Amino acid sequence: MKPSRFIYHAPSEVEEVLELLSEYGDEAKILAGGQSLMPMLNFRLLAPAHLIDINRVTGLDNYALGDSGLSVSALVRHRDLELSPETELAYPILHEGLTNIAHVQIRNRGTICGSLAHADSAAELPSILIALDGRMNVRSKSSRRTVPAEDFFRFHLTSDLDSTELLESVDIPAMTRNSVGAFDEVTRRKGDFALVGAAVVGTWSEQGTIEDCRIVCSGVAPTPLRLKEAEEFISGTDLSDEVLIGVQQLVTESLEPTEDVHTSAEYRKKVTGVVVRRGLARLAGQRRVINV
Amino acid sequence: MSEAVELDPVESKMWITVTINGSKDTYLVEQRLTLADFIRKQVGLPGTHLGCEHGSCGACTIIMGNRAVRSCLLLAVQADGESIETVESLAENGVLSPLQEAFHANHALQCGYCTSGFLMSLVARLREGPIESEAEAREALSGNICRCTGYTGMVAAVMSLSSANGQNGEGV
Repeated sequence: MKPSRFIYHAPSEVEEVLELLSEYGDEAKILAGGQSLMPMLNFRLLAPAHLIDINRVTGLDNYALGDSGLSVSALVRHRDLELSPETELAYPILHEGLTNIAHVQIRNRGTICGSLAHADSAAELPSILIALDGRMNVRSKSSRRTVPAEDFFRFHLTSDLDSTELLESVDIPAMTRNSVGAFDEVTRRKGDFALVGAAVVGTWSEQGTIEDCRIVCSGVAPTPLRLKEAEEFISGTDLSDEVLIGVQQLVTESLEPTEDVHTSAEYRKKVTGVVVRRGLARLAGQRRVINV
Repeated sequence: MSEAVELDPVESKMWITVTINGSKDTYLVEQRLTLADFIRKQVGLPGTHLGCEHGSCGACTIIMGNRAVRSCLLLAVQADGESIETVESLAENGVLSPLQEAFHANHALQCGYCTSGFLMSLVARLREGPIESEAEAREALSGNICRCTGYTGMVAAVMSLSSANGQNGEGV
């Protein structure tokens, strides 16, 4: 098995990448970690005329964790963040998501920004980025723009990027002291694509109620799906067992998930309710830890 | 996007310098050649096997820059300047490494096709620290697929190493 012929570019500066993108656009693909692109090239599902390998670009392989949040550049690999104790402490939900991505051999090479740009509807990071209200920093030769994660995913394997744009970095705002998050998913075998995943985030108020909730599911629709009705249902509650059972029922009844070769829509409905409840139960558990 | 690209046959090749199992050499490679095919056909080390060629099975796992990676999901040109280890680096002068010996002793392989990928995944994992439980052993094996053994022998091999050799990644 072998990819179709392409012209290989290995620029060393971001500006060269943007220049190549502006010149070749639709004819080019960016090669970052390659853990999704290379299979498509091997199968010749894609046959780009130009391959722009960004692995030798300087200054793209760093991440910065500060008071305002986390910034992750285009070449930071899943494994880099997974092995960062500071990142795990600041964003436990992100760490949980990362350890659920495929297997270590894939995470050693795959990149955060690459996963996001790939926009697979079953992937972990898109849901987590929306739950954490992340921002995508998008750049082309002539412009820069910032896209909220919630607006970035358009369809399965389709993001808001146009063919001349590079996802240069993503920013994730800092979680406040009383903010909590959890990620859970159901897979047939560990490391497989999730049948359903749920990223849940909220903030415990001083009165002991959960506020600013976000519930985002992967695997149930062509893009990550925010369950706003469920968010409203739990907002202002103490996430008691009664609330958890109620929200599970609400999710199971209201959802109309996709059906595919992996599982039926009916099973996805049930599992989504369960995964959301499990995630929220963990937020309830974390309330005791932060002691509000 | 699918229009044929006119390529100069010379232009479509690149020189790369790679250190493979300790020996550094320079090769002229086709741009679209995968690292796996490069290792097998051009370098002449057929111990790295190809199963699925899309990153699912792990048979082609090698170590590059001290990390286990799928060689079918890399291009040879991306290995320029890198240091690579393949299964051929494990045995010395025909003497199996302790990990290979443990596989042998515990019937951790049957047809053997997947074995080199498992071994390289485990070598990289053991360098990070010992595997102390069966659960950790199964996690370490989870990125590779074996269709013969049912994994029981491999778990036993990994666990036997931990008791026998105080495994710390050196010399596994």
